[in-house]
Amino acid sequence: MSSFILDGKQIEFKQGQTIIQAAADHGIDIPHFCWHPSLSISGNCRVCLVEVERMPKLVIACSTLAAEGMVVHTNSEKTLAARNAVMEFILINHPLDCPICDEAGECKLQDYAYQHSVGESRFTEEKMHKDKRVELGPHVMFDGERCISCSRCIRFCDEIAGEPQLTFVQRGDRVTIVTYPGKELDNPYSLNVTDICPVGALTNRDFRFKARVWDMSSTKSVCSGCARGCNTDIWVRSNEILRLTPRHNEEVNSYWMCDEGRLNTFKHVNSESRVSGPQIKRDGKLNKSNWDEAYAAAFGELKSYTKDEIAFIGSAASTCEDNYILAKFAKTVIGAKHIDFPRHIKAGDQDNILIREDKTPNALGAELAGIRPAADGLTFHAIMKAVDEGRIKALYVVEEDLVGLNPAYKETLRKLELLIVHASNYNETTELANIIFPAATYAEKNGTWVNFQGRIQRIRPAVTTIEGDRSLDNLAMSRLDKFGTEFDRWGNVKKMDARPVWKIISGLANTQSGKFRYSTSEDVFNELVKSVPDFSGLDYDVIGEKGAALKKFVNTKTV
Amino acid sequence: MAEKKRLKDLSFWQKIYIPEIINGLGITLSNMFKPSFTMEYPEVKFEPPASYRGRPVLALEENGEERCVACGLCSRVCPALAIEVQAGETDREKERYPEKFEINMLRCIFCGFCEEVCPEEAIIMSKDYELAFTNREDAIYGKEKLFVPVSQLQDRIQFLRERK
Repeated sequence: MSSFILDGKQIEFKQGQTIIQAAADHGIDIPHFCWHPSLSISGNCRVCLVEVERMPKLVIACSTLAAEGMVVHTNSEKTLAARNAVMEFILINHPLDCPICDEAGECKLQDYAYQHSVGESRFTEEKMHKDKRVELGPHVMFDGERCISCSRCIRFCDEIAGEPQLTFVQRGDRVTIVTYPGKELDNPYSLNVTDICPVGALTNRDFRFKARVWDMSSTKSVCSGCARGCNTDIWVRSNEILRLTPRHNEEVNSYWMCDEGRLNTFKHVNSESRVSGPQIKRDGKLNKSNWDEAYAAAFGELKSYTKDEIAFIGSAASTCEDNYILAKFAKTVIGAKHIDFPRHIKAGDQDNILIREDKTPNALGAELAGIRPAADGLTFHAIMKAVDEGRIKALYVVEEDLVGLNPAYKETLRKLELLIVHASNYNETTELANIIFPAATYAEKNGTWVNFQGRIQRIRPAVTTIEGDRSLDNLAMSRLDKFGTEFDRWGNVKKMDARPVWKIISGLANTQSGKFRYSTSEDVFNELVKSVPDFSGLDYDVIGEKGAALKKFVNTKTV
Repeated sequence: MAEKKRLKDLSFWQKIYIPEIINGLGITLSNMFKPSFTMEYPEVKFEPPASYRGRPVLALEENGEERCVACGLCSRVCPALAIEVQAGETDREKERYPEKFEINMLRCIFCGFCEEVCPEEAIIMSKDYELAFTNREDAIYGKEKLFVPVSQLQDRIQFLRERK
C-alpha cells in the first residue's frame, strides 16, 4: 500500500483517495465545510487548505489526490494563516446571531471560529442582508444570511435523494439558495440537509427552538419506521423524545434517514394517549389494576379455554426477545398452535435508496424468533377468519392495532370472548380488549431487531419507565438528568407504568410455574441464541453499536 | 514545680473596674452624637449600590418587548441549575423568544454568571433582596415576576458597561 506523510505521521492510502479522505480514514480530521464523505467534491469552502512540500501554493485537501511520498502539513504557519484568512472571509457576511440560531452547540462554523479563527473581524461595513425564514419545503426552513454557500444541500438533493430541487442563484456575496421555480424541497429525504448543513441555515421545522443540544441526551437506537432499520440517535430532554437524527452506518443507511421515519416514529412515545398501568375491563369499563392482579386474571382467563380456542398474535414491531418469549409461552405453557403476526406491507412505497415496502422493523426477526404457526396451526389471516367464525374464542395480541390495520376486524374482534392486548397507546383495538397490558415502546426497552438484510441491530432505552432509573439502568444522561430532583419542574418528569413484552409474559407465566426467570432482555437473548441456530454466535456485545449480519445472510448482497 | 506567675497583675484601679466603666460609658456617649449606621428596616429600606447582586430579573423594553431571545446560555452557565428556559418562535425580527422562563429562587446562589453571559443584556441582577416564600412552588419565579421595565435597571446596566 502507498503512503504519505501527514504532520510527520505516515499515512497509508488507497489509490485515488484524496488527502482529506485518507486522513479521515485514520481518524485525523482536517477542517472542512463543503466536503462530505458521501457527496461529490465541490472544493468551494477552502477551509481544508494544506501545505504540501514542493508545491508552489497551498492546496485543498478535499480534492488533491494523495500521492506516494507526499509530505503534507496541516498545522504549519502558512496553513494556519490561510485558514484564519478563509475563516475571516466566511465570517464577513455571517450574522452573529448564535443566541437565536438553533444550530448553536452543534455548529461547525461556531466550532471552527473558536479553533481556527483569530476572534476579531476587520469588517466594519454593513453585512449583506438576505431572505430569512424561507420555507423551502414542508419540513425545512432556510435562513439565507447564515448560509455559507457550501452547496452540501444542493449536492445531497442531486446525488443522494436523486431529485434536484435546490440551486444557487446570484453571484459573489449575493449568492443564495432557492428551490427551482415551481418546486419545493419536498423529497422524502429532505430533512437530511439539516443534518449536513454545517451552519444553522437549514433547520428542521419540527424541531425548531424546541431545545438546546446541550440539554439533551442522545441514545444510539434504530428507526422503527420500516424494514431498513436506519441507525439513529434518539435525543431526549426531561424524559421526552424531541428529535431523531441518523447515525452513520455504511452497511445500512450511510449517513441518512427518511423524513417519514424521522418525524413519525417517536411522537407516540410522548403522546397523551399512552396506556399507563394494566387495565382490566369490568362491566364494560376499563379499570386500572396492579400488575400481579392483571397477571393472575389474564392467566386464569387463558387457562379456561382449550388450546385450539386460543390464538396468539405477535408483532414485527416488537423485539426478537419479546417475540421469542411470546412464542415460548404460547407453545410450552398454553400449548397453542395458532401463532403468527400480521405483515404491514405498503405495496409500492419503496425506493432504491432507503425506504422499504415492509413498514415494520423486525419482520424477519419475529419469524426467526418463533412467531410462526405450528404445522397444523393457522396463519394470521386464517386466525382472523377462525375468530370470525367463532372457532377461536380467545386472542392474545402483542403490540398490534388490528383494527387500525383493517377496520373490518372491529366486527371480527367483537365476536371474541377474551381479548388480551399489549399496547403502548390506546387505539381502536384496545377499546375492545378485556385486559390491556401497557407496553413499553421501542424507546423504553433493550432489545434487537433484524432488518430486511438479515442484519441484527440493538435498540436501547432512551426514555425511562416508572420502574426505571436513568443512572442505575445506564441510560444516556444529560446534565439535567444528573442533577434534577423531584422538586424541579424539569426534573419531575412524566414516566409511564409500562413493561416490555418479555417481562409481562414472564410475569404471566410465573403466576403458575415460576420457570420464566429472566432479569434483563439480555438473559432472554442469550437463551434465544442457544435455542435458535440462526442466532448462534451472537450476544449484545458482538452486535454492538452497528449491528451484525446473521450467519444465514452474511453473503446475501442486499443494498 | 515553680508556681506560674501572671505576666502582669491588675493594678488597684483596674481591679475596682470603675474607671473602665466610665471609659466605656464615654465611648457610648460620644457615639450618640455621631451619625447613625443602622436603619429602621422594614419602615426604611436599604438602597443597595449598583454593584449589588439581588435577584436576577429580565429586562422589558420601553415598547413592552422582551429583550430575552431564549438562547439558554444563562441556563447553561448557572452552576446551581436554577434557570429553565423554553424557547418559542415569534414573528419579530429576533425570531426566538422565551415561551417559558423560570428561575428557582431556592436554587439561585446570586453569583451573577447569568448576567455576565447574557448576549442581549436581558437578564440583570436587580437590587431586590426581599425574597420570601412559604413553599417550594412559590419559590419558582415565572415570567410574570421576572420581567421588569428596563428603566428601573439603568443603574446596574451602567455599572456593567463601565466594567466590560
